[in-house]
Amino acid sequence: MLIIKYRKIFYTISGLVIAASLGAIIMFGMNFGIEFTGGEIIETSYTERPAKDLIVSQLDALDIGAYSLRAAGDDEYILRVKPLEEAQREAVFAATTQVGNEVIGTIERFNAVGPTIGAELKDKAWVALIAVMVATILLIAVAFRKVSKPVSSWKYGVIAIIALLHDVIVPTGVFAALGYFLGAEVDVLFVMALLAILGYSVNDTIVVFDRVRENLRHNEENRSKEDFELTVGKSLNQTFVRSVNTSLTVLLVLLALFFVGATVTQDFSLVLIAGVIAGTYSSIFLAAPLLVTLQKWTDK
Amino acid sequence: MWKNRIIALAILLAGFGVGYFVYASQASGANFPFRLGLDLSGGTHLVYKADTSRLSAADVPASMASLRDTIERRVNLFGVGEPIVQTESGGVFSGDAQHRLIIELPGVSDTQEAIRLIGETPVLEFRLQQPLDVANATPNADGQIEVSLGDAYGDAVLTGAHLDRASLEFGQASAGGLSNEPVVVLNFTKEGGDIFSQFTGEHVGEVFGIFLDGQLISNPVINEKISGGSAVISGNFKPDEARELVRNLNFGALPLPIELLSSQTIGASLGTETLQRGITAGIWGLVVVAVFLLLWYRLPGLIAVVSLSLYIVIMLAIFKLLPITLTAAGLAGFVLSIGLAVDANVLIFERMKEELMEGKWTNNAVRDGFARAWLSIRDGNLSSIITAVILFWFGTSLVEGFALVFGIGVVVSMFTAITISRTLLLAIGDYEYKGFVKFLFGNGLK
Repeated sequence: MLIIKYRKIFYTISGLVIAASLGAIIMFGMNFGIEFTGGEIIETSYTERPAKDLIVSQLDALDIGAYSLRAAGDDEYILRVKPLEEAQREAVFAATTQVGNEVIGTIERFNAVGPTIGAELKDKAWVALIAVMVATILLIAVAFRKVSKPVSSWKYGVIAIIALLHDVIVPTGVFAALGYFLGAEVDVLFVMALLAILGYSVNDTIVVFDRVRENLRHNEENRSKEDFELTVGKSLNQTFVRSVNTSLTVLLVLLALFFVGATVTQDFSLVLIAGVIAGTYSSIFLAAPLLVTLQKWTDK
Repeated sequence: MWKNRIIALAILLAGFGVGYFVYASQASGANFPFRLGLDLSGGTHLVYKADTSRLSAADVPASMASLRDTIERRVNLFGVGEPIVQTESGGVFSGDAQHRLIIELPGVSDTQEAIRLIGETPVLEFRLQQPLDVANATPNADGQIEVSLGDAYGDAVLTGAHLDRASLEFGQASAGGLSNEPVVVLNFTKEGGDIFSQFTGEHVGEVFGIFLDGQLISNPVINEKISGGSAVISGNFKPDEARELVRNLNFGALPLPIELLSSQTIGASLGTETLQRGITAGIWGLVVVAVFLLLWYRLPGLIAVVSLSLYIVIMLAIFKLLPITLTAAGLAGFVLSIGLAVDANVLIFERMKEELMEGKWTNNAVRDGFARAWLSIRDGNLSSIITAVILFWFGTSLVEGFALVFGIGVVVSMFTAITISRTLLLAIGDYEYKGFVKFLFGNGLK
């Protein structure tokens, strides 16, 4: 099996992609949205969008600290500000929807999040991510408890986690770059996308491992002494088409979601696309070969 | 085989039935509409923190309930359809448990007005009933005169500011009264007591109304002049009613100070657009996946498309029946689940292919393929279910919608793949894997 034979090449590719992703995360940082930091977001639509300078000059007249005003869609502006006082908020609403006393826009979306809720959400997100990982190790260790030769069951779990980390780091890196260049913000949807990727990635890895488990049992029953490397290679061959086809169907719906779906879920689908590609890659080119590498280490 | 064909027919008919239900219940006024979240229907979502620091832990639940009732009353005054007011405990990780109030106002896009109305101090009023003054009223088009309940009462004589506290007591047996009848005792402040004594003295035999937030909550008859700074309201109270009245009276003002933590408003047009695009994405996703399945897996692919369609109508029916509030994230989760639902089918078809290669006839290949693929499907989906459960726990209404759709989707897709696809495949009949059958059951480029 070529994938197993040339596994070092695939490890290198994974290593480079992870390094690039980590680099992007460290260099660009994550652009946390108001759901995590606290603040307000005001989306205003206009029948005829005024010049940005006009709105900016009206906002500058107010004492609201730093803010960002971005054009969105054909006829909208999105304003992001720090948490506002009641009176300030009315002034800001007026500054975005009126010129002088003439009303030119309507507020389509208004979202204000206090700092406490933001901090709490951040904590929850971490706990959820870690909980999924721990649950995964346990699940795999239990599901593969009867497999102990030549690689013990908990090692399947550890490898699944390595693949998992890979699948989370890559889309996070992609998102960090997106945030830097296009202003994409980390919101609750992003965390959900990551968690969905975790589920998908483990699912994919389990299918490959399950085939290895079955072939091992098969060998044992037939008393054939097949090399572990060969068994894993054979298992990969048998699951390859399924892995690619499943990823393909998921990617197809995600592309539909990205291109024709709602604007709010566009970043969400992009993160998932990155995650599904990474997840498929990791279960075929990372997780299965790692089983062989780990077995060779233990044998030495 | 005939047994399988009959079951297959029954499944298809049931599928049509569920599909018809989903379709028919979309007619306006039907019983089971889809429930749309605020981000799809437009509206305002507010989260308040209640300051419980001055209460002992034991009093918190009652105070929160009273807070919820008070605010619900105010929200109802606002005249929105199906508002939701609920309490929630948060801040588990920061150590101090926070008590929150979540308010959802569908269709309200004026956030400032909503916030003002909710934060306003409510009014407790004692007003004397008076004859309706209809002489000067102008009749409407139908020749009727419209009056509101409040018109039947005079100006407020006493307000919540005059009430020291209210308490619940059980009355003694007396002439004409039942023993152990619950009564509500009002204790006025010094000033309030004086006003009340004078007021009741002048209006013996008349009826006064106790209003909270402009709504009549009790209208006792004045039996005699009441002095001494306290009054007893006896009516045909059930103990629960009396208890609630006492609570409402004591907490005429909001029982707890509240502070706005977050607010979110989505305009109706933006919501509609989000919904439309979500549906479009779903249809596109389905079509593209169906084309792929037909091209790659041919006859089994067609069956996968049928079972995927059944999956979709079952899910839509579940959304309506449970009901599940659909959000933008939930829609995205549903579209994603269409892609994932195919997975079990793909797994099974790939296993079937291996069995067919060994020279098995189609029915045996289907049976063995399903049996072999089962462990993978079970373990794989278990991990997805665990993720969904953790996501659900993650909280916030936004995520819950996604987690529910995702989790239910996994379970339903497992069911449709294992039972429906299997039965339909077996119903086709048993053939040797050669010639045209080989083409139909073959896949990919071959």
